[in-house]
Amino acid sequence: MNSSKKNRLKDNAFKYFGIGCTTFGLAMLAIFIGNILIEGFARIDWDFITNFPSRNPDKAGILPALIGTLWIMGLTAIISIPLGISAAIYLEEYGKKSRLANVLEINISNLAGVPSIIYGLLGLEIFGRIMGMGGSLLAGASTLSLLILPIIIVSTREALKAVPKSIKEASFAMGASKWQTISYQLLPASFGGIITGIILALSRAVGETAPLIVIGALAYVPFVPSSPTDEFSVLPIQIFNWISRPQKGFAINAASAIIVLLMVTFVLNGIAMYLRNKWQKKVQW
Amino acid sequence: MPRIKEKIIETGLALAAVVTVLTTIGIIWVLFSQTIDFFSEVSIVDFLTDTQWTPLFADKHFGILPLVAGTFLTTTIAIIVALPIGLTIAVYLNEYAPKSFRKIVKPLLEILAAVPTVVYGFFALSVVTPFLQNIIPGMAGFNALSAGIVMGIMIIPLITSLSEDALFAVPKSLREASYGMGSTRLQTAFKVMVPAASSGIIVSVILGISRAVGETMIVAIAAGQQPRLTLNPLVPIETITTYIVQVSTGDVAHGSLEYRTIFAAGMALFVFTFILNNISYWVKKKFQEKYE
Repeated sequence: MNSSKKNRLKDNAFKYFGIGCTTFGLAMLAIFIGNILIEGFARIDWDFITNFPSRNPDKAGILPALIGTLWIMGLTAIISIPLGISAAIYLEEYGKKSRLANVLEINISNLAGVPSIIYGLLGLEIFGRIMGMGGSLLAGASTLSLLILPIIIVSTREALKAVPKSIKEASFAMGASKWQTISYQLLPASFGGIITGIILALSRAVGETAPLIVIGALAYVPFVPSSPTDEFSVLPIQIFNWISRPQKGFAINAASAIIVLLMVTFVLNGIAMYLRNKWQKKVQW
Repeated sequence: MPRIKEKIIETGLALAAVVTVLTTIGIIWVLFSQTIDFFSEVSIVDFLTDTQWTPLFADKHFGILPLVAGTFLTTTIAIIVALPIGLTIAVYLNEYAPKSFRKIVKPLLEILAAVPTVVYGFFALSVVTPFLQNIIPGMAGFNALSAGIVMGIMIIPLITSLSEDALFAVPKSLREASYGMGSTRLQTAFKVMVPAASSGIIVSVILGISRAVGETMIVAIAAGQQPRLTLNPLVPIETITTYIVQVSTGDVAHGSLEYRTIFAAGMALFVFTFILNNISYWVKKKFQEKYE
């Protein structure tokens, strides 16, 4: 029975190794957030939110970057949501099994794996140069919209797929056309899933840095952008800029700006998780 | 009339779907056209074999190898960190952990995945590098090791969640048969479950590699911006992605050779990730075990 004992010992050893690894992951998250809070929390006050960037770290603030982030989020939502939902409806309800749909499918899974910085190169040439938008909010939002489009399409399709066939068939049986069925039955029934996917995709867009740097978003913006054609900065770029500077004061500023950025992404993720749970509980088919 | 309306709507929806194809065409066209211009001035042999990358200096060399080496180095370190830990967590959550524990851990790991990468970069530079410098004296302030480790931490949730899905999809009967034969949980996990879920696990690793190759901000912040043909993880290096950021933050005139170098570098990056993504797609289609 010696080998059985040994096996049991190994089994237990792995259990603790597993607990150890999981703890490692969570501990990293804790150290991570703890360290940033310790470094940056004291620096956050109303001035930090409402000041412009400055060469003096104590006077520098995040106003243009914060407003830029909100602009980017709004514009990206306006561009990507109708496109993403429409494409998903087409793939899920109309195009199934056609050759076009097959090509689209492979293409979307490929796009989801393209590094974000490549989208930056695309945006730089197409939106920035050929369409003449330069480094404007519109160019940035268009680039990020293309970046998150695959995410929105995939999650919307999942949500549409989750609606039971019986609902669709009942609607057809009542004499509804295809579009009536989609707009009156499928979309309301899958609303929770769709909105969850969209919020997660937007939270991804808010955290993106590299593609916006490539299209030419600025690191130093001494004004608040007021129209989609204005040049802009966003929080992640402001953070990157402050991290790159040698003075300790800017590292503290970076930590403070990270707290603000994390609050935005965590709030978005929190809303998404809440909606997902609420919807899962409410809808019982 | 209603029929025409239906048709118009369908066409509109199809056009939205076609945007995704235009995106792909756009990416390929932009990269190709700029890269061809680039190769009209720089020989492709030099690009692939020269051991120096100095497009921004007076003495210009255009060898992509140092950037590839930097990318390879940080990616390897990231996978060495992420694969064992990510897979162990997946196996532990699926085979050992009580349900309540899973319910708490999974959302927390999702948070780890939702953190913007610029924040990971800050973490690498201000926490991990000073910590490692205490252990390894002589390590440079910017280095591949610290960036690679943090990138690994970033990839853990990706590998864990995809591997866990793969393990979860293995039918319960296999596990129960294994227990019925008197196996321990460890034997069941690694001799039955992991082999049965191997295609999904391989896909998770390939996607992890692809993610690491394309990751930008962590390496741009913590690994330095010095192209260097080396596999020494303790010195500053530069990855393909970092180079693109470096040029983009500077002042480079459109249409100049320097401007085109970022598209040539982007092309190399695109080719790598394209190959990796297609391997994973192929593995998924070909080796996915079908259970009845």
